[in-house]
Amino acid sequence: MNHDVIIRIEGLKKEYVLGSENIVRALAGVDLTITSGSYVAIMGPSGSGKSTMLNLLGCLDRPTAGRYFLGEEDVSTMSDDDLSRARGKRIGFIFQSYNLIPQLTVIENIQVPLFYQGESLAESYDRCVELAKLVGLADRLEHRPMQLSGGQQQRVAIARSLANNPLMILADEPTGNLDSKTGAEVLEMIDRLNEGGKTIVLVTHDEKVAKRAHRVLHMKDGLIDREVLQRTVPGGAKRQSNSGHFDSTVADSDTLQTLTPPTRAPGH
Amino acid sequence: MLTYNFISTVQLGIKNLLLHKLRSGLTILGIIFGVCSVISMLAIGEGASYEAQEAIKKLGSNNIILRSLKPPANQSDTGGSRSFELEYGLTYEDGSRIQATIPGINFVLPMRMIRDKVRFGENFAACQIIGTKPFYPEIVAMEMLAGRFLTETDEKNRNNICVVTLSVARKLFPYQNPLDHSIKIGSTYYRVVGIGRETNTPEQRTQSGNSDGETLDQFVYIPLATARARFGETIIRGQFPSLEFEKVQLHEIRVNMADTAAVEAADPQIKTLLERFHKEADFEMIVPLQLLRQAEETKRIFNIVLGSIAAISLLVGGIGIMNIMLATVTERTREIGVRRALGAKKRDITLQFLVETIVLSIGGGLIGVVVGILVPVMVSLLADMKTIVTLWSVLLAFGISGAIGILFGIYPASTAAELDPIEALRHE
Ligand SMILES: Nc1ncnc2c1ncn2[C@@H]1O[C@H](COP(=O)(O)OP(=O)(O)O)[C@@H](O)[C@H]1O
Ligand SMILES: [Mg+2]
Repeated sequence: MNHDVIIRIEGLKKEYVLGSENIVRALAGVDLTITSGSYVAIMGPSGSGKSTMLNLLGCLDRPTAGRYFLGEEDVSTMSDDDLSRARGKRIGFIFQSYNLIPQLTVIENIQVPLFYQGESLAESYDRCVELAKLVGLADRLEHRPMQLSGGQQQRVAIARSLANNPLMILADEPTGNLDSKTGAEVLEMIDRLNEGGKTIVLVTHDEKVAKRAHRVLHMKDGLIDREVLQRTVPGGAKRQSNSGHFDSTVADSDTLQTLTPPTRAPGH
Repeated sequence: MLTYNFISTVQLGIKNLLLHKLRSGLTILGIIFGVCSVISMLAIGEGASYEAQEAIKKLGSNNIILRSLKPPANQSDTGGSRSFELEYGLTYEDGSRIQATIPGINFVLPMRMIRDKVRFGENFAACQIIGTKPFYPEIVAMEMLAGRFLTETDEKNRNNICVVTLSVARKLFPYQNPLDHSIKIGSTYYRVVGIGRETNTPEQRTQSGNSDGETLDQFVYIPLATARARFGETIIRGQFPSLEFEKVQLHEIRVNMADTAAVEAADPQIKTLLERFHKEADFEMIVPLQLLRQAEETKRIFNIVLGSIAAISLLVGGIGIMNIMLATVTERTREIGVRRALGAKKRDITLQFLVETIVLSIGGGLIGVVVGILVPVMVSLLADMKTIVTLWSVLLAFGISGAIGILFGIYPASTAAELDPIEALRHE
């Protein structure tokens, strides 16, 4: 597992001009780097800029000022089409309200990101069935989202977020709509993805959720107010530190089943 | 791969439309009616004008037809006491004057027509006796089935010979070959020298309550000179005591011109020429070419009117589709946001919604084409009207429905594509 910097943010600002005198500074100049394989939680009061941050990280929006490097690419100056391409190739999204497409079946929902990468439904089928198996929904391939429980829907969303083998997965309150038991199952799944090497950035209100991450970024008024590095180990033991980068490979994952999504076949 | 994904997009579009069958069905109703009305109206119009044009063409587009006409009654009454014999119509002189002065003439065919009973033994038939010239078959489409037509010798010698049409032959000679037998008209016998058939005159009226049908082509042709000698100039009509005496030299003159240009040139010239010698309006002039032109003009106007009606109904159909697509876009805003987040470019979204609109309008177009072809068939069967479904009307209607899909689909589709992904994702 490498520890390359996959995200580098410098002086990132996002302002919304509501009126001539009324400018909302949703992000007020954020600096941040995220290395491959890390698990980052973003916390903070409502209106502190968490969602704005996540939208920018997810290439859904362009900053007002500052730079955002995703891998080698400078996202802050990308065209709309390039942003779409960046999202499609590098980002996996998990939403609070699952956001599955209601008229599509489970397998079709998982295939959507690959469809926009130019893969035909036939080409991507086998891989997507594997992903459905990975989240335990191999027997629900032809079901519609409406026929699934919230937890199952979120598992479909997780499978979907993995389909394009993204550089990182962004999750905005992934357990916000779930009861604590199913929420825990989903978080468990995300943990295992991280242990398989996926970079995770997750927004949450819930301390217990944040405790699973290596780094917790506390935001306030559009800035990262405080950063907590922590080490999670099986059984809930944790170590906190306030400085230095946490090395995720140190985590003892022997007793955990590592969740590694099948990599995409070459040639696409 | 691109085409494969395009097919997938089309399949997705169809799937989405089938999720709301009733709504999709109602939406395309406008297009169905529009396309159907374009095709069936044009088919009915085409059929009607075809029949009119065929009827006119049978008269021959290189011909100018002059017919004697009984002048209006009040005019003939002015000299009432002078004579009870009414003299009117075209004369032999008219024929020779036209022949002599009008350029570009092939033939001038004079005809004299007398209705009379024709007998052979026990059998008789009410016939039109036509006194005419040997070149008659060259101007009136006619085929000889047996024997020969009239000749110049017959004309010169005023021979008592005749040519009969097939229907006359059938009536008078049910079991015999009529050739060389003599038939009796009035008190004179005429030897049958030929049997023919006018190819442009229907043998029987197609529609008739009578199962026998009324025969239309019971003609007996005799040399013009013979007709003049045997029947004289005066025709007695009606029954005693209200007899009518009419003196008519020629009932019809057909002027056969070299080409249509000559027809157009000769038309006013002949009119001027004849009007100089006919103070009363005792003849009519029929120019099939002009009738044809009028028929074409009428058809053109008819097509424009129909086209406008159809265009309006297609427009209404298009607006209906656009309306529904705009509603669909709003309804599926969240889906659009999700797709955008998962890597869809603006043009992917545009394509998706455009494809749905096009599938709708082409689907409606196809149904409209099928119904539009069936309606004229039904009209033909039920109303006994000729209808012609032309390929171009089908292509036109179908093309317009496709174009409407694109035209009215662009706005909703681009609305969808221009949605901000973040706001679309937040949409409830
Ligand atoms: N589209 C927008 N237009 C105007 N203001 C916005 C918009 N999006 C977010 N904001 C403002 O930016 C600030 C940060 O919002 P957000 O990132 O959603 O906060 P959080 O997710 O932490 O609750 C808030 O004050 C919010 O009102
Ligand atoms: Mg938020």
